[in-house]
Amino acid sequence: MSAILFLEQSLNGVQFGLMLFLLAAGLTLVFGIMDMINLAHGSLYMIGAYFMASFVQATGSFWLGLPLALGATALVGAALEISLLRRLYGRDHLTQVLATFAIILIANEAVRIAWGSQPIMLNPPAALTGPVTLPGGLQYASYRLLIIGVGAAVALALYVLVTRTRVGMLVRAGASNREMAVAMGVDIRRLFTVVFALGAALCALAGAMLGPILAVQVGMGENILILAFVVIVIGGIGSIRGAFVGSLLVGIVDTSGRAFLPLAFGAFLPPQFASAAGPAIASVLIYVLMAGVLYFRPQGLFPARG
Amino acid sequence: MIRALVLFAALAIFPLVMQAMDALFYVSFASRVLIYAIAATSLNLVLGYGGMVSFGHAAFFGAGAFVVGILAVEGVRSAWIAWPAAIAVAALAALVIGAMSLRTRGVYFIMITLAFAQMMYYIFVSLKAYGGDDGLSMPGRSTIGFDVNLRNDLVWYYIVLALLAAVLYGLHRLVHSRFGRVIDAIRENEARAEAIGFPVYRYKLLCFVISGAVAGLAGALIANQSSYVSPSLLHWIQSGTLMIMVILGGVGTLWGGVIGAAVLLLLEHLIADYRIGWLAALAPNYQDHAGLAVGIVLLTIVMLAPEGIAGLFKGRRHA
Repeated sequence: MSAILFLEQSLNGVQFGLMLFLLAAGLTLVFGIMDMINLAHGSLYMIGAYFMASFVQATGSFWLGLPLALGATALVGAALEISLLRRLYGRDHLTQVLATFAIILIANEAVRIAWGSQPIMLNPPAALTGPVTLPGGLQYASYRLLIIGVGAAVALALYVLVTRTRVGMLVRAGASNREMAVAMGVDIRRLFTVVFALGAALCALAGAMLGPILAVQVGMGENILILAFVVIVIGGIGSIRGAFVGSLLVGIVDTSGRAFLPLAFGAFLPPQFASAAGPAIASVLIYVLMAGVLYFRPQGLFPARG
Repeated sequence: MIRALVLFAALAIFPLVMQAMDALFYVSFASRVLIYAIAATSLNLVLGYGGMVSFGHAAFFGAGAFVVGILAVEGVRSAWIAWPAAIAVAALAALVIGAMSLRTRGVYFIMITLAFAQMMYYIFVSLKAYGGDDGLSMPGRSTIGFDVNLRNDLVWYYIVLALLAAVLYGLHRLVHSRFGRVIDAIRENEARAEAIGFPVYRYKLLCFVISGAVAGLAGALIANQSSYVSPSLLHWIQSGTLMIMVILGGVGTLWGGVIGAAVLLLLEHLIADYRIGWLAALAPNYQDHAGLAVGIVLLTIVMLAPEGIAGLFKGRRHA
């Protein structure tokens, strides 16, 4: 195992973790403030990626398509919140799971009707297709570096938004004690809609950025949704800081597990066993992590409710 | 009781009618519905009676299916060995998963059961020796001896029907036993049940294990239904589908799982296989999008029948 390989896998892990954070941030706020399980969050990610594909094709430019896709997905998110999800806040979790599960089914079919069943290819901007040489001699795809940059910038912006602005203060108040926030005169309904639209835009950003790396296809939101849930349960529901730490943890553990476990197993075990057990254990690693965190710290690493 | 007997009499006559009408396809379809009815009924025991929102029930269903599939490929075709093995493995999985998950509450319980189910899903996906992603084709249905051939769809239907009847009767006896009353009390007020002196954790775990074992039986049957086992049986969408069946049919009711499985599978089947003239005129390809209709129906039921579902869970919302 060379240093270069290690560095490359670490960067891949950070890149994946930051994209997970974009999803997990919206999800944890919705979960924390509104006490609402939203399975349809992954659908917004899918819709964002499809909008991106269409807008890039229509405008011919990655950089024009991106804000359009973000705006359109935010609108879809706000519309969804106002028309349906708003009615679910007071209901039990089982109802929320079912209603949002139904929204997933509807969203998948709607996308199939609008865009067809075939995966859509999305190209990265022309200037960023090649690799760059990092210090230390590592050749790394420049588009992946862009993803890391965007993810880090958004994480920083979110941190400032939540800790330094008035909206952020209201969000934190809502997450730590909703009833008290309402009693102090916070217009929680409007806040919910704003938070939800913001969460949808973050989903779209993740979908748009990951689009060129993964295929844009129906059902793409479902697998990453489960990962985002793992992240927020590890991090502590309602905590942006927890979502950030959890995302990086899950991203790095998952990526490096897949890269290194088969190698490590190969060093100790007979090859036919290592080639079977390595990938199997690598893919369950993050769930083991989550089960471990829940077992020892049921409230997650950074609980938002004091 | 009379209604149950009438219903089972109708179900027993059904394949004979279909055979007379030369529509044996529906017998096979009905077996599928009955198998899902067993799976949904097992989930209803933990979800409805026990009040534990398990979002990972497909793990036990799929584990049962894979035990039968793997044994069949390895040459063990006898149902007398394979089916009890499937039930035992599913029960063991439920014991391990339940023992850890039941230490958590509310949302965390939903999430941790989901996580464990996903773990099992990925383990079976990476079992390359047994099909991995592509699933596993079995050489045929299990054998039970006595000159009974399970490959005959009529015989198969009656076996499944008998097992469903046994499961429903067992559930009926269970929820009306002392055990069932304690589970009831725990669902209504866990703290009070604990204070009275019941070992709450052990009761919940036992309930979870029984439910997992029955789901394993359903898995063993679904593997035989099409002689094919796929990891998608363990996917979380499958867990969600089982949950939908329970909710549609009625949470915490004896027939809930049966009704839910029948309604959902029939709905999917009707949309995909029957052409409705006026709808086809509006949207020519609507039959390719059965999920849309299922989603809309489900959403309507959830949104418009608030007390139907929530009523049973009142006073037990935990954050």
